Amino acid sequence: MLIIVLRRLLQAVMVLLFVALISFLIFRYVGNPVESLLGQEATVAQRAALEEALGLKDPIYEQYADFVLRALQFDFGNSYRGALPVAELIALRLPATLELAMTSAIFAVIFGVITGIYTAINRGGFIANLILSTSLVGVSLPTFLIGVLLIWVFSVELNWLPSFGRGEVVELGWWTTGFLTASGVKSLILPSITLGLYQMTLIMRLTRAEMLEVLRQDYIRLAVALGQSKRQVYFFHALPNILIPVITITGLQLGSVIAFAIITETVFQWPGVGLLFINAVYFVDIPVMSAYLLLVGFAFVVINLVVDLLYLLIDPRLRDGQLKRGAD
Amino acid sequence: MHWFLQSDFFYSFRNAPVAVASFFVFAVIILAAVFANFIAPNNPFDPASLNLMNGFTPPLQSNEFTGDVFLLGADDQGRDLFSTILYGLRISLFVGIMAVMLAMVMGVVLGLIAGYLGGWLDTFIMRFADIQMTFPSILVAMLIYGVAKGVLPPDLRYEMSIAVLIISIGLSEWVPFARTVRGLTLVEKEKEYITAAKMIGLRKSQIMSRHILPNVLGPVLVIATITFALAIIAEATLSFLGVGVPTTKPSLGTLIRIGQDFLFSGEWWILLFPALTLLALALSINLFGDWLRDTLNPKLK
Repeated sequence: MLIIVLRRLLQAVMVLLFVALISFLIFRYVGNPVESLLGQEATVAQRAALEEALGLKDPIYEQYADFVLRALQFDFGNSYRGALPVAELIALRLPATLELAMTSAIFAVIFGVITGIYTAINRGGFIANLILSTSLVGVSLPTFLIGVLLIWVFSVELNWLPSFGRGEVVELGWWTTGFLTASGVKSLILPSITLGLYQMTLIMRLTRAEMLEVLRQDYIRLAVALGQSKRQVYFFHALPNILIPVITITGLQLGSVIAFAIITETVFQWPGVGLLFINAVYFVDIPVMSAYLLLVGFAFVVINLVVDLLYLLIDPRLRDGQLKRGAD
Repeated sequence: MHWFLQSDFFYSFRNAPVAVASFFVFAVIILAAVFANFIAPNNPFDPASLNLMNGFTPPLQSNEFTGDVFLLGADDQGRDLFSTILYGLRISLFVGIMAVMLAMVMGVVLGLIAGYLGGWLDTFIMRFADIQMTFPSILVAMLIYGVAKGVLPPDLRYEMSIAVLIISIGLSEWVPFARTVRGLTLVEKEKEYITAAKMIGLRKSQIMSRHILPNVLGPVLVIATITFALAIIAEATLSFLGVGVPTTKPSLGTLIRIGQDFLFSGEWWILLFPALTLLALALSINLFGDWLRDTLNPKLK
């Protein structure tokens, strides 16, 4: 058991080091670290001094090790634009992205599970079929189009909800939250739906498939035969057994939520990390891009690791055999 | 032709209304894009044919200054929206096709090498693929786009943006091809005809390209269809985000972005018609691809 956990940890570290290597290569060779620190007005002597100080003349593996060590201390260099430290820029915008990702994940789970159960119980019913076919169109729609269409309906035509920004935010230490003001909560609604819709359809289909599978089992028929009410059977006997795969998929999808937040944040001008990244791509701001890659890579690796380890905890069969991937 | 009409493939196509309908929609879109210069009333990429006074003309209404009428209205620069969509479709389809070709060639070659040669090359390629697969392909495409722009000198960035876009999307979609081809190659290489080919002394490259390749192409075509839809959506997304094609040659995504800017002032048609076109395109390829997958290879379902 311990060996499996250790091996899995080692794997995660290797992947992270590989992501860090790509991030380093981008930072070092595509970007220009000297320029990013000194700005364009520096003299040749200043540049040479900094090159020496940064160790740009050291062998490449030493530079890489240095890059990893500095990244561990949240030092990603300075942004080309505005010359602020990248870590500071990201810290400033992280709360916005995390709040958006969390809200949309919760939205996706709640509505995904509810519609999934509904379509499974009322299989072949008119509303169930309607939900299923709408979801097919929803999957084909690109994320940005969903966002734009929501803005059109709810901001332009109905004028119910704001179409951009976070609204008023409250500062709690270094964290800023939009949950505590009315305008903040209202601003969250459209972006969360946009971001969560795809995940919602996934969860819905999964819940439906699992539910149909579980409802065929003997213990459900026994529960029905014992004369329990439908609600009791569905919610106390069937539901707990489908939650594990649903939670796993939701967890694994969190990474994609962070990545797709780039699109949602651009549509709604949401001041999060994704918007920072897309602006960095637009203005070729290499240090921000490289730091973002590291950040997202870290998030993905940690999520996959946690899901795998949770599987070990839940399913004892995996402990003796070889480790199965949670996603497969 | 007769052989094709008699085949099982055509029979199951004829009996699947969804497949026929989606193929029909897709064919109409392709034809409209190919013959854009005959269908479109004017050329939106030719600044001389544009009249700024025509800007924001609603669909089927005559412009109050020039009296011109546009089927689907005109955009902010007075471009006829119908023509712009047709020409934009060309760009979207071109980028999509080229990106799929790139992903397919790269994936098939790497998959063949990994599967047939094995060893450390196999480990290296497939580990790399695994790591790339952890990241959503749209994110990978954005990163490659940003890096490519960083490598290019600033004066070339604008001209090269379509090529950069094709490379970014292509490189972000190769993994499914490589995985499938590798898996099939591992099965094929144990078969007797490969042993026979080895016995008569063919070179490894010959065995891979002449003997294994034709036998693994079926599933590759299915993946190519699905990837094509993904590539078109990726192109639209990147262009919408402003990191795609230049605005002088708008694709569907660029048009939707322009449309969003004017939504609040009531010019809804600039958004609606490109969005509907993109939806029809993506949906028809997806539905057709699903049917193709179920028909050609039920095991992949």
